[in-house]
Amino acid sequence: MKAQTIYKPTEGLTERQLTYCPGCTHGIIHKLIGEVLVEQGLLDTAVGIASVGCSVMSYEFFNCDTQQAAHGRAPAVATGIKRVNPEATVFTYQGDGDLASIGLAEIVHSAHRGENITVIFVNNAIYGMTGGQMAPTTLIGQKTTTSPRGREQAEAGLPLRMSEMLATVPGATYLERVSVHDPKHIRKAKKALQKAFDVQTKKQGFSMIEFISTCPVNWGMTPQDSLNWAVDQMIPYYPLGLFKDATKEEN
Amino acid sequence: MAKVLMKGNEAMALAAIKGGCDAFFGYPITPQNEVPEYLSYHMKEYGRVFVQAESEVAAINMVYGAAGAGARVLTSSSSPGIALKQEGISYMAGSQLPAVIINVMRGGPGLGSIQPSQGDYNQVTRGGGNGDYHVLSFGPETLQETVDLVRQAFDIADYYRNPVMIAVDGLIGQMMEPVDLDNEIPKMDLPPKDWAANGKSGERGKRNTIVSLHLDTQGLEGHNLALKKKYDEMVEKEQRYEMIQTDDADIVIVAYGTVARVVRSVIETLREEGIKVGLLRPITLWPFPEKAFEKLPESAKMLLTVEMSLGQMHQDVRMVNEGKRKLAFYGRAGGIVPEADEIADEVRKLVGGSPA
Amino acid sequence: MAKHEQVIVAGFGGQGVMLMGQMLAYAATNEGLNTVWIPSYGPETRGGTANCSIAISDKMINSPVVTRPDSVVALNLPSLEKFEPKLKKDGLLIVNDAAIKDYEYRDDVRLITIDANKEALALGNLRVANMIMLGAYIQATGIFKKDAIIEVFKKTFSGDKAKLMDINVKALETGMKLAA
Ligand SMILES: Cc1ncc(C[n+]2csc(CCOP(=O)(O)OP(=O)(O)O)c2C)c(N)n1
Ligand code: SF4
Ligand SMILES: [Mg+2]
Repeated sequence: MKAQTIYKPTEGLTERQLTYCPGCTHGIIHKLIGEVLVEQGLLDTAVGIASVGCSVMSYEFFNCDTQQAAHGRAPAVATGIKRVNPEATVFTYQGDGDLASIGLAEIVHSAHRGENITVIFVNNAIYGMTGGQMAPTTLIGQKTTTSPRGREQAEAGLPLRMSEMLATVPGATYLERVSVHDPKHIRKAKKALQKAFDVQTKKQGFSMIEFISTCPVNWGMTPQDSLNWAVDQMIPYYPLGLFKDATKEEN
Repeated sequence: MAKVLMKGNEAMALAAIKGGCDAFFGYPITPQNEVPEYLSYHMKEYGRVFVQAESEVAAINMVYGAAGAGARVLTSSSSPGIALKQEGISYMAGSQLPAVIINVMRGGPGLGSIQPSQGDYNQVTRGGGNGDYHVLSFGPETLQETVDLVRQAFDIADYYRNPVMIAVDGLIGQMMEPVDLDNEIPKMDLPPKDWAANGKSGERGKRNTIVSLHLDTQGLEGHNLALKKKYDEMVEKEQRYEMIQTDDADIVIVAYGTVARVVRSVIETLREEGIKVGLLRPITLWPFPEKAFEKLPESAKMLLTVEMSLGQMHQDVRMVNEGKRKLAFYGRAGGIVPEADEIADEVRKLVGGSPA
Repeated sequence: MAKHEQVIVAGFGGQGVMLMGQMLAYAATNEGLNTVWIPSYGPETRGGTANCSIAISDKMINSPVVTRPDSVVALNLPSLEKFEPKLKKDGLLIVNDAAIKDYEYRDDVRLITIDANKEALALGNLRVANMIMLGAYIQATGIFKKDAIIEVFKKTFSGDKAKLMDINVKALETGMKLAA
């Protein structure tokens, strides 16, 4: 019998072993991005911006040009690259601490300017890299190392919904929230990514895909429990779906 | 009080509470995370304020606000975060506001690493903010000295109405060592904060404004000179240092923080070999302890600066030395703590390989 | 008796090497000794191995960094390979050799090998392997009496962890017996 290839790593990623913890969904999201870049023939013209978080080393993983940004500043770095090089496919890969906390001004203003870039936003409701502190996206009651009694609204406010918020920014073009907790949703997430890069290729402006992601280590759960937690706790507060598609309005 | 074993970052946090810290504003960054983590739990027990800011820039401006309102305020961070705080620190110095800033230093430049470093020496002693200003800064050696200084820092900051920084390398933040947090520490007589803009102008009978803007040139120069007078007083009164076996030394090592501890081991070894080596240990990094250098004996023909950075403190040593003694430098970077053996070898080389 | 000891404890992240090292530092603090405990942190620990160093002395501790330890307690092969070369001549090497076969140990050190995994499982919980190693360590060095560690246990295993006291004491005793 002839050997059959049933699994092949995508050429969109380098051969470097990913540094993520077992069961962390950062890895799945990387793979999807790699696949989409290859399938759309964008790998050779892409520039990926690694942010500061567990994905800080993603400049080693995406098999294209990469640049590392300071904490929260990836969309500004992407703006610089895209403005001097409009033909490049420019994307950022940012965690929720990076994008929704320290980098809030940069993400809002890049959307507001209608910057023709694609933002991959990985929301795991926590600061993973630094050991599990509260993020703006941490759920009410969720225990973290800086909300040891559980997040309280009176002190820390309600969790920030970035996709909904950016949908109110006139300059943004395409915003969708997806999840990767099962194969069906992974397929859906990939479609959203394809659309987002498509928007950029067609020079239609700012696109962001928000991924609901897990952090088994800092949530203190097994990988399976953390997938369940994402479905049972996160998705009800962070509903999946399309929040803005201005390409339709243009048509 | 019996000593308790604590992790450096947690001990600093508790020391701040004991030093009368009313409010903490900070943002996570390794290797100082246990400071905000500890305070996120314990400040509440003391009825005090803890806020995790959205960024270091926001945190230092929360500090600026709370200090302007008369509170005793703390923030902590590590090198890249301190870089972001420089603007706010300049505003506080300009507005004459007290605050305590803990900097648990890691490797740089840029994102660098999270391992121990002293690469912020210039950032700590010169600042990165604009204008003529200084931050009184300490570079303690042991955890005990660190917590003693954190407790005192609030008084010192209030006295001078100026930011005070405690700069330790990541090792001091991460290690555990027994500490006494209730020992006697000097207390200062402090005037009431009648300058604070705290919404009590009615009660006070006059309006207060916190500001660093002085649009007329004469006015700003006057302000700059008034600040300078304050900095001169710090230079006069606040230089702190320790001199270890310098009396008969032929060669004196200048080192602070964890490096100074390693040098103590070096001295033990080399003295057994008959090499007369001593240690001059700056405790204040700014003001730099010039007075200590005046006390060195004639026999000390050479100074060797050892630091976990590539010659930043050495520039100060060169300036103070004014060409008097021979100078040498040994540094490690990248998050590497120099080992006693390598420093000892360096000294042996400098004294010509043969014991005196 | 003058006390001066520098030890490195190393193993996989989940093997409780940090806690084991802290126990020594707590015992030293209780006895009024000087001590410094230093953990590895950051990317170093991401590869799955963790280590800490502990210095204990009745004099002031100068360099807190342990570069030439008097003792090494290694709970896995990568740790053994990393720290055995640093051990002082005639130093003490205690190894959990559960998964270590045909290793050529240095012959100028005092070697104690224990299958701590097997012993821990016999007690009913793999996680107490670290306390077996701790028992072996205090027995072989004589640095602390059993009671000094039990005092520390009382604080560590209190509240909802009180049920762990018994098995940890047994683990400590097992280690002491095996190293006797
Ligand atoms: C200026 C600055 N502040 C703080 C940090 C420390 N830091 C590193 S990663 C991180 C948070 C990462 O969280 P998130 O963006 O949610 O990513 P995750 O690790 O969860 O994927 C922080 C605060 C830093 N490197 N630089
Ligand atoms: S810490 Fe959390 S987010 Fe980071 S790699 Fe591990 S599981 Fe993933
Ligand atoms: Mg996150």
